[in-house]
Amino acid sequence: MKNTLSTLAATALLASTTSVSAADVEVLHWWTSGGEAASVNYLKEKLSGAGVGWTDFAVAGGGGENAMTVLKSRAISGNPPTAAQIKGPSIQEWGELGFLADIDGVAQANDWDNLLPAVVSDVMKHNGKYVAAPVNVHRVNWMWSNPEVYAYAGATIPTTWDDFMVQAKKLQAAGFVALAHGGQPWQDATVFEAVVLGVGGADYYNKAFVELDMNALNSDTTVKVFETFGNLRQFVDANSPGRDWNVATSMVIEGKAGSQIMGDWAKGEFKVAGKSVGTDYVCTAAPGTSGAHTFNIDSFAFFAQSDAASTEAQNIMAAEILGTDFQTVFNLNKGSIPARLGVSRAEFDTCAHDSMDAFVSASASGSLVPSFAHGMAMSSAVGGAVTDTATNFFNSDQSAKEGVAQLVASIKAAM
Amino acid sequence: MLNFLEKNLPKIVLAPTTIVMVICMYGFIVWTGLLSLTKSRMMPQWDFVGLDQYRRLFANPRWDVAVDNLFIFLILFIVIALVLGLLLAIFLDQKIRAEGAIRTIYLYPMAISFIVTGTAWKWILNPGLGIEKLMNDWGFVGFEFRWLVEQDMAIYTIVIAAVWQSSGFVMALFLAGLRGVDENLTKAAKIDGASTFRLYWHIVLPLMRPVFFSAIVILTHIAIKSFDLVQALTGGGPGYASDLPANFMYTFTFNRAQIGLGASSAMIMLFGVLAILIPYLYSELREKNHD
Repeated sequence: MKNTLSTLAATALLASTTSVSAADVEVLHWWTSGGEAASVNYLKEKLSGAGVGWTDFAVAGGGGENAMTVLKSRAISGNPPTAAQIKGPSIQEWGELGFLADIDGVAQANDWDNLLPAVVSDVMKHNGKYVAAPVNVHRVNWMWSNPEVYAYAGATIPTTWDDFMVQAKKLQAAGFVALAHGGQPWQDATVFEAVVLGVGGADYYNKAFVELDMNALNSDTTVKVFETFGNLRQFVDANSPGRDWNVATSMVIEGKAGSQIMGDWAKGEFKVAGKSVGTDYVCTAAPGTSGAHTFNIDSFAFFAQSDAASTEAQNIMAAEILGTDFQTVFNLNKGSIPARLGVSRAEFDTCAHDSMDAFVSASASGSLVPSFAHGMAMSSAVGGAVTDTATNFFNSDQSAKEGVAQLVASIKAAM
Repeated sequence: MLNFLEKNLPKIVLAPTTIVMVICMYGFIVWTGLLSLTKSRMMPQWDFVGLDQYRRLFANPRWDVAVDNLFIFLILFIVIALVLGLLLAIFLDQKIRAEGAIRTIYLYPMAISFIVTGTAWKWILNPGLGIEKLMNDWGFVGFEFRWLVEQDMAIYTIVIAAVWQSSGFVMALFLAGLRGVDENLTKAAKIDGASTFRLYWHIVLPLMRPVFFSAIVILTHIAIKSFDLVQALTGGGPGYASDLPANFMYTFTFNRAQIGLGASSAMIMLFGVLAILIPYLYSELREKNHD
């Protein structure tokens, strides 16, 4: 209550003065749901401990489309926030336009080059200088299953896509929905991505969906990917179109469905429902992808500030984000794993441990791949084209060959 | 001084509106037109690339779907809303009891925003929540009605919701027209022994021509700018099967960082509206000249 009051007072104050006092940071984000809001709040506390005020600039809307629209208008009018939740190749797009601040000084002082794995730091740099700070690493290629459902149907949790088809039939025969799925384009793309990695492997994934190599895209492997993806249509229930991801997760929680393919943020739903890992739910890598790791990194990009005081506040914020305290608390709330090395793993659960191990081993074996369904691998134009193809294919009765043809055509059109 | 004011006051009062109109309507049309010739992606950039964006637009399968959907939606929505609205108006015109109450009931959907209409119909048409479940629960076990989740049929659910929303309004338009028909005409026709059907078909409907025109123009622009209904009812899905051009424009401009492509789709929509509007204005203005 006291908190609410003070927030209200702060908002009123802001509205009356309209200017932010010198040592404040203004942060644009769309983490407004329960666990996410708690994570952001912790950053706010850390900063106020360091004498930096916090101006919340939250624009709701899960995927951040609304937030991006607001950000663009603020940036064009020459009044960008201190930092904004921007990730992946979009950081480069903003850097190209010359809006971002160089925080290389902070990075060098805190030895970011050694704290961050190369895949992470590459994304955070523009022209070799740090312009953004990572807050977490999500693993997207997870499958969340209800072991009781599998036991009841006499099925086992599958580890390959071929096996998935067999086990899913058993689940269906026992009256369950085999694959809990929300028919929204990004969710279709999330499953598609898991199929690409599971069927084609990391090399193919990189060649076809990161480098956009036309030979790889036109290959028989892609046909097989679409065949497998198409086979999944039968395991999704008729009510799926338009369903939100967390509703699909609750189908697994309630024992109506066997499994869901979803990133590690789904863990939050199980936690909120009071379920414990291992007994009530099981996390395994999506079929055929054990050992591989599809990463999705959230980050704050920093915008160039006009005065020294704001820049100073910005630097303090950047340093705090990479601090072990923040990385631990934030990621415990969010279900992801810390983006930096050297964070104690004692407080994390087994799913997070698995994700950390996979992150390290996959990085060594070359099967650490960026998630294209979550905007880490391609520009938003090409990523959108792939999502369009995946969702269109999954919701129609197109043949695998038609799917491949459309994929290639729409990627070419978007490049 | 007073004289000057007296002479120019109307112009002075209207000037701000005119300036706002010119800048916000025509200014931005020109701006969008220029943007559509650039390679703008996330932000407006003034590198002109000719008609490249239009070429990319027409190569985009999603745009084809959106345009096809617009035609299906436009034709079905206008025809069904006109027929239903006209029938309702004719029935209401039979001097029935409680006409005021019934008229209000039919007109009421118009007072609701398309977002509310879309959300309500999303629940009604959802197989697991709405009609299908209701019928199954009542014992019609084989009953299936799942257009909302079928790729080929989703666009028709948008027609259903839009017709539900707008046919009451069309009814009101026609009712006003019917009330304006000279009673002597209908009386004379009845004395000559015309049946009710013939009376309406040969005498009343031809008199409704201006009402048809207004109704079609209003319905057409409702159809072309439809955005919120799709967003609320299907979200463009399943897949992108029920996208309309306005949804396409929004997605590509704001979510996909392809402002140039979005602008070119907006221009095509503008041309579509003009293609309907110009012949209409032309015929209207020409008739005035005849007077």
